[in-house]
Amino acid sequence: MSDWRPSARQVERDATRRRLRMRSATIATVATVVVIGLLLWVVTASPGWPRVRETFFSWEDAKASFPDVLKGFWKNVLLFLLAEPLILVLGALVAVVRSTTTAALFPLRLLATFYTDLFRGVPTLLVVILAGFGIPALQLQGITNDTFWLGLFALVLSYGAYVAEVFRAGIDSIHPSQLASADALGLSHGQAMRYVVLPQATRRVVPPLLNDFISLQKDTALLSSIFVFESLFAAQDYAAYNFNYTPIVVVAVLFVALTIPLARFTDWMGRRMMRRERAGVR
Amino acid sequence: MQTPRFLLALGVAPVLFLALACAPVDDSSTATDTPSSPAPDASDSGSATADPAACAADVVRTPGTLTIGTDSPAYDPWFSKNDPTNGEGFESAVAYAVAEKLGFTGDAVQWTKVPFNSSYAPGAKKFDFDINQISITPKRAEVVDFSDGYYAAAQAVIVIKGSAGEGVTSVSELQGLKLGAQTGTTSLTAIRDVIQPDSDPVVFKDTSAAKQALLNGQVDAILADLPTAFYITAVEIPKGTIVGQFQPETGAQEEFGMLFEKGSPLVDCVNQALGVLREDGTLDSIQQRWLSDVVDVPVLQQ
Repeated sequence: MSDWRPSARQVERDATRRRLRMRSATIATVATVVVIGLLLWVVTASPGWPRVRETFFSWEDAKASFPDVLKGFWKNVLLFLLAEPLILVLGALVAVVRSTTTAALFPLRLLATFYTDLFRGVPTLLVVILAGFGIPALQLQGITNDTFWLGLFALVLSYGAYVAEVFRAGIDSIHPSQLASADALGLSHGQAMRYVVLPQATRRVVPPLLNDFISLQKDTALLSSIFVFESLFAAQDYAAYNFNYTPIVVVAVLFVALTIPLARFTDWMGRRMMRRERAGVR
Repeated sequence: MQTPRFLLALGVAPVLFLALACAPVDDSSTATDTPSSPAPDASDSGSATADPAACAADVVRTPGTLTIGTDSPAYDPWFSKNDPTNGEGFESAVAYAVAEKLGFTGDAVQWTKVPFNSSYAPGAKKFDFDINQISITPKRAEVVDFSDGYYAAAQAVIVIKGSAGEGVTSVSELQGLKLGAQTGTTSLTAIRDVIQPDSDPVVFKDTSAAKQALLNGQVDAILADLPTAFYITAVEIPKGTIVGQFQPETGAQEEFGMLFEKGSPLVDCVNQALGVLREDGTLDSIQQRWLSDVVDVPVLQQ
């Protein structure tokens, strides 16, 4: 083994490959520098850039607004952390109801269909406003007037409908042969759903569910319209008094810092699942 | 090794194209008649002559037309029936009076909708001035220009009759209540800096949200400037009542001013017009007509 040497042809091949690799890396670097440089130049050379830098990227205003913005941001975080589990439960429940076939359950199916149709059709903002102003106007006993909780309720209602449809797509994607096999093993329809269909369906819809989760994070900002003083509203409030939009950029950075890791995690999870399901087949 | 290069070329081309397509062009001189920086001769001619009309003729965005911005909805009593063009309501009346002094008849005045949040956005403005109950503050004046003040408003506290807030006689008694006001207003500043309540103030996007929250009992009291408060309690929430007014004693008295693009040469012309209107009593009579009845509201002890 030790006296093996690459043949002259092998050496030549390796050299050619190295050269080509170098060339492609150089071209990629130059192209990236040119494109990014050009974009930066377009922005910074524009006549309004000094004003824009002052209004959107002022370090003083970022520092001054940060405590309030961060305080608001915890409300966003709390909102989506509380809402997401409720949404998953509601969505799964509605999806299962819609997948039943028993004749006696028809009214429930009708209700579930009506719910998904209605709440996917109505813009989330309207649901939020209706819940935040409409429910307190009913003057019901024992129901909170706090728009934080009412807004949470609205988000769960609205996103529950989307997630129900994601779950239903997952359930529908399980091949009928799986149900037939379960039937052959003597499982009832309910058991087949519980032990055969749902576990596979849930695995399959994890990436779109995380997608909805990221979307939910951003939509917590809608609660500003029912005076929940979350981060975006705190930023706008600062902007209104100081005529400076920097805090809004600060909020954007906070949201991106939160969603990018989650997006990467979603990607990784999707790839891992594909690897497992295909079991080595490429 | 062939594919990545091909893909790269494919990927770079549209980006390059995009970058070139939106290469910077200074269009402020072609798009509007208003220079983006103050023209030296404009301010000279402004202060030299005492005639606001001569001053304004050449510096408006569209020759022959005065473009005025305000938010929609335009609230009473500042405007009337959400229609700034009818000349009714305090600010509409002031705007038309100023326009007349600047040499623009009613027909030559054009109104445009300007949400408050975008009124201070950088870049060329689509209005000659914006009149929208905007308080003059030094921090704001770094970004935009303001005219001289045309009104100084006291703050009023509105509660629902028979609720916890009724019977309040001093500012310190307000501290225990759940208070709310609209974002960006002096009312909210008054809550934060003057009242300093025990719980965080509730911040509203607009007055409509504030009124609904008050009706629903989601807040104990809302603050607004006195004329707005009058309209709310007289027309919109008959169950509401003004328990008192106070003039926030934080630094200089805050006044409403018209908002201009930074460096607008029109500022001097409008200030001349306002000066004339103040001297001949027009401003007072407009205020008397649209913002009267200020006397019988008790003043809260500070």
